Amino acid sequence: MRARVFVTLKPSVFDPQGTTVAEALHSLGFAAVKDVRQGKYFELDLDASSAEEARRLAAEAADKLLANPVIESYRIEVAPDAKEAGR
Amino acid sequence: MKFAVVVFPGSNCDHDAYHAVKHVLGQDAEFIWHKDTSLQGADVVVLPGGFAHGDYLRTGAIARFSPVMQEVTKFASAGGPVLGICNGFQVLLEAGLLPGAMLRNRSVKFQCEHVSLRVEQTDTPFTVECHAGQVLRIPIAHGEGNYYAEPDVIDRLETNRQVVFRYVDAGGAATSEANPNGSAHNIAGLCSEARNVVGLMPHPERACELAIGSADGLVLFESVVKSVGRGAFATVR
Repeated sequence: MRARVFVTLKPSVFDPQGTTVAEALHSLGFAAVKDVRQGKYFELDLDASSAEEARRLAAEAADKLLANPVIESYRIEVAPDAKEAGR
Repeated sequence: MKFAVVVFPGSNCDHDAYHAVKHVLGQDAEFIWHKDTSLQGADVVVLPGGFAHGDYLRTGAIARFSPVMQEVTKFASAGGPVLGICNGFQVLLEAGLLPGAMLRNRSVKFQCEHVSLRVEQTDTPFTVECHAGQVLRIPIAHGEGNYYAEPDVIDRLETNRQVVFRYVDAGGAATSEANPNGSAHNIAGLCSEARNVVGLMPHPERACELAIGSADGLVLFESVVKSVGRGAFATVR
């Protein structure tokens, strides 16, 4: 099982890196880019027998380590194997 | 009196802290490896600056799970004085020993300069020798010192008088220009509700001798020697 964990800053938290990337894009002529929020992406290769178990494990890992709940939130996607996960 | 200086893989201000307490202050000091499970009977614990575990994932995120942190947490719960400097402060935040989190500096630059800090509270073990409103000149050196907490948490910190140090200008005013990293309320340092755990981004251990530009940081270490000496913060070992 493969779980993808997307960690992003909460909407209320200022993102200095995302803002800097947005400014760089503007200077390159990407006038249509209104805002950029930078985050982190994790792929967990899991020894799990079901999608539910994989999701539970990934959520536990995110709660404990991958995300800091003070400033970040996360979203999980589960797929049976690497191929179906979009590889 | 014995200071424990915790060493994580990637700590790089451990020797500065050791030098300040051992050679400048003349106290006993010992390095404690992050995998150790004993603080060797120390009276004071210092989590030094640096880049523990490479700052991978988030600053302090992996260091908080080092075996020694269980002992540091026990020591803190028992009232023992703990000082987190820079990366050590970030470890305390990740470990939940102090509230909030650090974001990348507002400037998106590594800020390395002397700043002015106003001492807001003098009833912590690391500030008893200061006077309220005293302005200290101490260096900062960090990329992620932009303190953040939810507005209600910030309100609680202010109500409980847990903001110990604030970035100010030369005249002692907490202006936006004097804020080097964008921290909420110009917060440079905090204490726990029980007041024995103190964390700050600036480096007092690098400002303990006039020969290197400032001795204003020494008062933090002198304060804790005095506090522990008079048993104000009795610890259970």
